[in-house]
Amino acid sequence: MWGSPPGVKRTVNFITSILAVVSKDVRSELRTRYAMNALLMFVVTSVATILFALRDDDVSTEVLSGMFWVVIFFTAMSGLSRIFISEEERGTTMTLQLVASPSVVYLGKLIFNAGLTLALSSAVTLLYLIAFPAFIIKSMEIFTITIFLGSLGFAAAATIIAAIIAKASTKGTLYPVLSFPILIPLLMTVMKSTARALDGELFTAALGEFQVLVSYLMIMVAGSYLLFDYVWKE
Amino acid sequence: MNSISITVNGVAKDFNRRTIFKDISFSLSSPGSMAITGKNGAGKSTLSKILAGLVSATRGSIAYSIDGRPMGIEEFKHHIGFVSPYLNLYDEFTAIENLKILSRIRTVSHTNDERIRDMLLLVGLWNRRDDIVGTFSSGMKQRLKYTFALLHTPPVLILDEPTSNLDDEGMEIVKHIMQEQLKSNILVIATNNREEAHGCTQQLHVGPLPHVGISSGG
Amino acid sequence: MKIIKYLSIACITCVIVAGIAIPMVPQPHSWLEFPVIPGLEDKARNIFFHVPVAWASVLGFLVALYYGFRYLRSKDLDDDLKSVSSAGLGTMFCVLATVTGSLWAKFNWGSFWNWDPRETSIFILLLIYGAYFALRSALGSDEVRARLSAVYSILAGLTAPFFIFIMPRIVGGLHPGAKGDTAGSTPVAQLHMSPNMRFIFFMGIIGFSLLFVWLLNMRIRVARIEYHLSKNEN
Repeated sequence: MWGSPPGVKRTVNFITSILAVVSKDVRSELRTRYAMNALLMFVVTSVATILFALRDDDVSTEVLSGMFWVVIFFTAMSGLSRIFISEEERGTTMTLQLVASPSVVYLGKLIFNAGLTLALSSAVTLLYLIAFPAFIIKSMEIFTITIFLGSLGFAAAATIIAAIIAKASTKGTLYPVLSFPILIPLLMTVMKSTARALDGELFTAALGEFQVLVSYLMIMVAGSYLLFDYVWKE
Repeated sequence: MNSISITVNGVAKDFNRRTIFKDISFSLSSPGSMAITGKNGAGKSTLSKILAGLVSATRGSIAYSIDGRPMGIEEFKHHIGFVSPYLNLYDEFTAIENLKILSRIRTVSHTNDERIRDMLLLVGLWNRRDDIVGTFSSGMKQRLKYTFALLHTPPVLILDEPTSNLDDEGMEIVKHIMQEQLKSNILVIATNNREEAHGCTQQLHVGPLPHVGISSGG
Repeated sequence: MKIIKYLSIACITCVIVAGIAIPMVPQPHSWLEFPVIPGLEDKARNIFFHVPVAWASVLGFLVALYYGFRYLRSKDLDDDLKSVSSAGLGTMFCVLATVTGSLWAKFNWGSFWNWDPRETSIFILLLIYGAYFALRSALGSDEVRARLSAVYSILAGLTAPFFIFIMPRIVGGLHPGAKGDTAGSTPVAQLHMSPNMRFIFFMGIIGFSLLFVWLLNMRIRVARIEYHLSKNEN
């Protein structure tokens, strides 16, 4: 660009590349519809199973909150690994390596997964509101921030693990095994925070949890960004 | 025209407690070409992948530079075009979608619709541009790989098995591409085809005793 | 290495003798008497064994993490060898810590498992070790296995601060030194012991650390021999 310093141009290219990666994955998903259908069915069947198990039982907010995130965890586990496994299965990993630097690939895939997880949590929220009369969100602010930060944190951890297992043989079963220990701090915190939202506590009561969620997100993204080179490049 | 140079120093590759090759050293500068030969499984493909920056060497180093300015592989890779039997394009997109999407990810300036058209015409796939790549034959996929490799006018072309899956017409196209590249740029081919290998100024045989030999011809 | 071997044997023997033989009296007069800790009494002796073992399991992880990190920079498979040897040893100590801890819990608080923060932490460490080895067994080539397991151990290490500092605050616990116990201090070790107890305790820590080093050294030597044998076969 005439008159524009090279640093600016490089940043613009960087961002354009990342968005192009996201766009590719979105278009690919729309074209094939692999993940969306499977995930949707998974969410519906999980919620239905829990519904049958609990029925009219008087459930505490902690249990509801826990079950909520259990569904999200397992749905995420069945869907978030696709972005890397699909590249490995179709042999297009090499193609991506030729056109983009590892950071571009990582950030692009992360953004895609973040969007996917947000959509997922929203869907589960909707289903829970419909299926469980006891699921009443009394503190909307706590709930929305929890869902938002929780989904992003989920995506951050899940994406790097997905990149790792894409190179392994027993991908499907290995994914939850590797992800669970890493996600435990996140899960414990969001379950607590969601319970608070259901109990209608004050916003300030959840600040401790929000601090944890934000620091988890930052550490996971920073760590994954630095480590991704070692996972992606042979 | 830019002057490109690639210097390989003491490169070795181990895999699963076995050394595939070692002590590989050579130098290439534009215009220049090298043929990597060797038995099946000797490591020709691996070496070409290492040159293209797809695989890292266990030992040794590779120095890339343009006009005397040294460059890391992350920057240099946009000056490399790579074709290989292991390369795949996206089966769910059409030919032209593949090229557009991939060039957008690469974000290198001189790839516009006109260039895409010229390249597709060059390999004879222009009339199949809106067909899903998943429906292509292996020969057509090979031709499409060349479009992908040449789209960003790379001064370095690395071709692993240049004519695999190609019919006579395809082979002619590739021969033409290689000759064009030889004029002022760098060409590296990994092949067992003696005729192709003889067209290069340098030859490297990968095997128990790798050595660089300058062969006559060119 | 001989020094470490003998020193470790000496330390641990000392700890065993002192830990079991020294009587616990309400008003200790000489150095060879321990004070009675209300609520724990004789069961407090477990501290000399259980905590050092738990410490060794954490040590195993830290060493594995260190050598994993070293591998990523050096690409020398010997570093990976050291990493996995340490992880194996750490797993063994982790199992021991979980079992001894569980037995102590049964005698002290009535049930084998209670999900208090420290129990949960050692369990999570066990999960991490399990995931580490599951990942390794699912990867084909030496280089990929070394690289990816190093990355995973670093990721797991990144989540460690969350366990150590945040959990005991969020969740109250049974362990001495947890949120509910005002007499305790740091999250890791309760330090309100009398000086002679502290002496024996630290001797135990040192003894087990030295034992760890000794065992690790043996494991590394065996692994190296195995590696060179299989390399020569090729």
